[in-house]
This record gives sequence, structure tokens and C-alpha cells, in this order.
Amino acid sequence: MRYIEPHAHMVSRTTDDYVSMVTAGCKAVCEPAFWAGFDRSSSKGFYDYFRQLTEYEPARAAKFQLPHFSWLCINPKESEDLALAQEVLDLIPEFLDKPNVLGIGEIGLNKNSRNEMTILEKHVDLAAKHNQLILVHTPHLEDKLKGTKLIVDLIKSDSRIAPNRVLIDHVEEHTVKYVMDAGMWGGITLYPESKATSPRAIDMLETYGADRLWMNSACDWGISVPLAVPYAAMEMRRRGYDDETIDQVFFQTPYNFLSQSPNFKI
Amino acid sequence: MKPATPQNVVDLYFMDARSKLIDIAAFMDRVENAGLKDDFRYQAFLNALKELGEGERTKSVLESLSDPTKELIPEATTKAACGAWPGMDSL
Ligand SMILES: [Zn+2]
Repeated sequence: MRYIEPHAHMVSRTTDDYVSMVTAGCKAVCEPAFWAGFDRSSSKGFYDYFRQLTEYEPARAAKFQLPHFSWLCINPKESEDLALAQEVLDLIPEFLDKPNVLGIGEIGLNKNSRNEMTILEKHVDLAAKHNQLILVHTPHLEDKLKGTKLIVDLIKSDSRIAPNRVLIDHVEEHTVKYVMDAGMWGGITLYPESKATSPRAIDMLETYGADRLWMNSACDWGISVPLAVPYAAMEMRRRGYDDETIDQVFFQTPYNFLSQSPNFKI
Repeated sequence: MKPATPQNVVDLYFMDARSKLIDIAAFMDRVENAGLKDDFRYQAFLNALKELGEGERTKSVLESLSDPTKELIPEATTKAACGAWPGMDSL
């Protein structure tokens, strides 16, 4: 099979993971900027991280002929400090010209706080001014429902942003309809302990269709599985899906969203 | 979206769901034997179990474990989420 991994934090993974993914049929990997598991002490830490996402990581993936793309932002977990967040926002434009950058992400909310919302608004403005795609992280667990609605409502209220250029990630059964009804795309994250399992992801596709829903592993430094996407393809096969539908879900759908960026060439 | 050759989902998933159901029972026994029944997360868990009767169960369980408020909070004092909304008692 061939597939696209639309959300993976490869800076936290080993080279062996690249080998496994390519062996399983991965044709492109996309890496949103995120929280490192600890707070950076200054904007210089983000400058280095953006260089890693736009220079070093694509080179590491290229050793296995795997195209690597990235999304840039300051994540909502580090957005409570408005001064730091503004410094990081000011760094982003110079990196938007890098050839592997797809857009602004993963932006969003974490605890649904006022400062997080202020920084989210600034990211949406940045995306609008630079005509960038948007990738959104929705909050965890008990905070997801409220946060998803706040994020979708904010983006919908900005007439400069076309909903079909926005992907709302980490949807679950209580948020997926809100995203689909808004005309945006949705991402289902396959995690062993939270977010969704592959049987639940397939249930959601059976209800809402595969045109605007993709699956990702969101593998990072936490409990996560870099091959979660091809495992979900195997689960679809067990459910009786044919090769053509599996290719649509795991390759064509993410391709259709991502190729709205002129930089996404595979 | 539907499979070309639909498989029997009870055949596919019964043993897995049976195993998880027994794990839930064992978790409840463990919590209650430890005298931790009053933990707000366990109370939220018991509330969520009531959503298993009928309708869109997955959505209802997730909603029952969610923060039902609509306003932004003044400040994020933690980064973590715990899986149940701590404010349920004050509603
Ligand atoms: Zn992520």
C-alpha cells in the first residue's frame, strides 16, 4: 500500500522509525510545530526548532527518499506567555519561504484560556496575510469539546480564511460533526490510550465519509505508534474494504488537502 | 463509506469488547476496594456509564466527560487535562 502520514513529530522519533514507515509504504510525512514536553526558555529555542523542521529533518528523511514537510507556529501550551509568543510569531514569516513549509500549525487551544485565544487569533491573521493553509490542534480530553467549538467559530468568523483550507485535527465522535458542518477538514489521531482507536476512526469514516477526513499517528515523545496509520489500513482490510477505498483514505484524501499548498509536491 | 465485502462486526470485535468490559468491572472493584469512590474522576466515570443505554453512545460518553462551559478561562494554570471535568460538583 501507499500512504501519507499527515501528522508526525519526527524530531522526537528515531531514524529506525523512518525506516519502518518507508518500508510500510509511506510516501510523505508532515510535521507540525508542537510543544517539546518542556517550555523553551526564549524565542531562540524556537528559532533553532524552526531550522530543525525546515532544514535538518527534511534532510534526515531524504536519506530514505521520504519527502518531509512542516507546519510552523508557537503551540498553545506555550502561548500563555504573550511576550514570548509574540517574539516567536515575529520569527515565522522568514521561514514561510522554505520549500517544505505547508502552512501555519498546529495552532489552537490547550486549556481554552484568554491568552491562548489571543495568540490563536494572531496565528489566523498571519495565515490570512500570507495565504497559508491552517492546521489546528484541538484540546485534550475534557477540554476538547469546548475548545473545538471556540476554534471553529473563531476561524469561521474570519472571512479571509476559506474553510476548505483549514484542517481541524484530533476530532472525536463528539466534535467531528461540528467540523464537517463548518466545511473544514478533520483529522483523526490514532493513539493507544486517548483520542481514537482505528475501529472508532473507521466508524467515523462510515458516518461522515472519507472526502474530508484523514487519519494520523501524531507520533511524538509520548505513548504513540509511528505505524498507526498502516495498522488502521489493515483494520479497514479486516472490515472488508478493498484496495481502492484504502488508497482513497490513506493517500488520496490527505493528498487532496495538502496539495492546496504549492510546496506539497510528491 | 461502506466496505465492499462487509464482515460481521460481532465476530470481529466481541472478544476485544468483552475483555474491555471485564477490565472496566475490575477497575471499579479496585477503586471501591481502595476506598476511592469519591474521587471526582470516578464519579464522572459512573455518570458516563449511564450513557451506554442507547443512542449515540460514544458521543454521549465523551460529552458527559467534557467541560460543559462556554467561556474562556482567565488563565491556564496547568497544561494537563485529566479526562474528567473537575467543575461538575459546582454545577
Ligand atoms: Zn501534534
